[in-house]
Amino acid sequence: MLKGWFAIYYREVLILWLRRRRYIATLTVSPLLYLTAFSYAVGDNFNATNHTYIEFLIPGLAAMASMLESYSIASEINIARFYWKIFEEFQAAPVSEAAYVLAEVAAGVTRAMISVSIIVVLGLPFGVFLDYGLLFWFAIILNAYVFSTLAIIIAMVVRGHADQFMLSNFIITPMAFLGGTFFPLDRFPEWVQFLLNFVPITHASNAVRSAAFNQQVASTSYVILFALGTIFFLLAIRVVKKARD
Amino acid sequence: MIRLENLSKNYNSLRALNNVTLEVPQGELFAYLGPNGAGKTTTIRILTGLTNKTSGNAWVGGYNIETEAVLAKRQCGSVPQLLNLDEELTISQNLDIHCRLYNIPRKRARDRVSWLLDYVGLADRHNSPIKNLSGGMKRRTIIARALAHEPKALFLDEPTVGLDPEIRRRIWGLIKKIQQDGTTVFLTTHYIEEAEFLADRVAFLSEGVLVALDSPKNLIKNIGQHAVDVVGRDGIETHYFGSGEEAKHYMSTQDSQLTMRRANLEDAFLRLTGKQITC
Ligand SMILES: Nc1ncnc2c1ncn2[C@@H]1O[C@H](COP(=O)(O)OP(=O)(O)O)[C@@H](O)[C@H]1O
Ligand SMILES: [Mg+2]
Repeated sequence: MLKGWFAIYYREVLILWLRRRRYIATLTVSPLLYLTAFSYAVGDNFNATNHTYIEFLIPGLAAMASMLESYSIASEINIARFYWKIFEEFQAAPVSEAAYVLAEVAAGVTRAMISVSIIVVLGLPFGVFLDYGLLFWFAIILNAYVFSTLAIIIAMVVRGHADQFMLSNFIITPMAFLGGTFFPLDRFPEWVQFLLNFVPITHASNAVRSAAFNQQVASTSYVILFALGTIFFLLAIRVVKKARD
Repeated sequence: MIRLENLSKNYNSLRALNNVTLEVPQGELFAYLGPNGAGKTTTIRILTGLTNKTSGNAWVGGYNIETEAVLAKRQCGSVPQLLNLDEELTISQNLDIHCRLYNIPRKRARDRVSWLLDYVGLADRHNSPIKNLSGGMKRRTIIARALAHEPKALFLDEPTVGLDPEIRRRIWGLIKKIQQDGTTVFLTTHYIEEAEFLADRVAFLSEGVLVALDSPKNLIKNIGQHAVDVVGRDGIETHYFGSGEEAKHYMSTQDSQLTMRRANLEDAFLRLTGKQITC
């Protein structure tokens, strides 16, 4: 049923390995900018929790990075499909749609974990030592699960690269800023807070942050992320099936 | 080995493939000849599981391409017209991923890859990234990839488009060799010489319709092997004759400018469809 999934995952990892220097450099730049800029800008004026702003920011950046990185497989899939036509090699192979989706999710999760590892390391010189235990990583993986399955759906549904860019511009970027990543939700008006409850990244930041702060487990957030990811996973299998014209 | 039964494909209102029925026995080298847009690629895409048919049925190696898709896919090796290799990865890596996709045990895959690279004459380049290879080498790589899982049928879509004559001959030699080693070959082409040189049997496809199917020799014999081109007021008009004597007799009765030549598949296609294959 899932035969051949590893081949597709292996290909993604091999390509990532070839680009490792550029890839790691790219992943380092923006969190570093956020960390320096925001730590000076917000600095001591932050008293929402009994943590410093940098401590608050690191889990938020981790949630954002895992979202962006796992979602970034959408453009890789798009290029593989419309430009290189490699996707046809998978379609011609005796590999099920579920195996394909699993492989791309694994690639998205791998990317997310690399990007979060970089953020964790970047936090150290800023004196940030949080609880990066299993619950923390589990929240990261669930977040990557949601956004890599979403990425597959979008990559299969859109016709080309321009549409893809539009979608991420209108959906992903706003989420990255609003979903409790940079600022606590209680700073927003109530109706915004209410709406943000329906956005997966809000639950990801919530789960990641409460794990990192060693607070009570945000179990509802974990359940919501898992359920959403699974719905997207099943939808992704369907749209991959339909991608044959 | 390959069987099509009333196979049809519609793209919206366009009927790209119209009730095609044919059968290719095991071990045959079969060519699908037709101008651009005839439906050649569409046929291959349906047979190899990339496109859904609209109606009809097809089998590869005895397996129905729709109801036994996974088994049917195992029988197919496919060389698409556009070379879909991973440009950043090496020849070996490209083949290795293919073997993993087809679930070939690791040791067997390694043996098969090194054997194939020898077979297509690329053993010394196995560590070159695809982007550093010439067009002919890429073509040989993708043929090796298509053969990696030992398919019963190899589908080649216009395998020599854009290659120099010399390289084209080399690819022809490779295709012949693959057939001699027991693989059924189904290729599409719009090159007359390619079909004439390679194929045991040729099918003419025009606007999605199968117009004729026979050996190149018979297709030509049926219209008359001796062609006489007559230069007239409205361009060249060609007449076909079964024997040289008839052709010579005809020529002696005419006083316009004449040339006699052997008829080819282009003549046969033109005669049957009223259309040129090459523009
Ligand atoms: N994905 C598609 N959508 C719409 N029309 C298509 C598609 N693919 C092929 N066609 C049309 O179907 C016809 C047959 O195409 P094709 O099989 O590629 O021909 P060939 O390979 O013989 O040149 C052409 O008219 C082509 O424009
Ligand atoms: Mg074609």
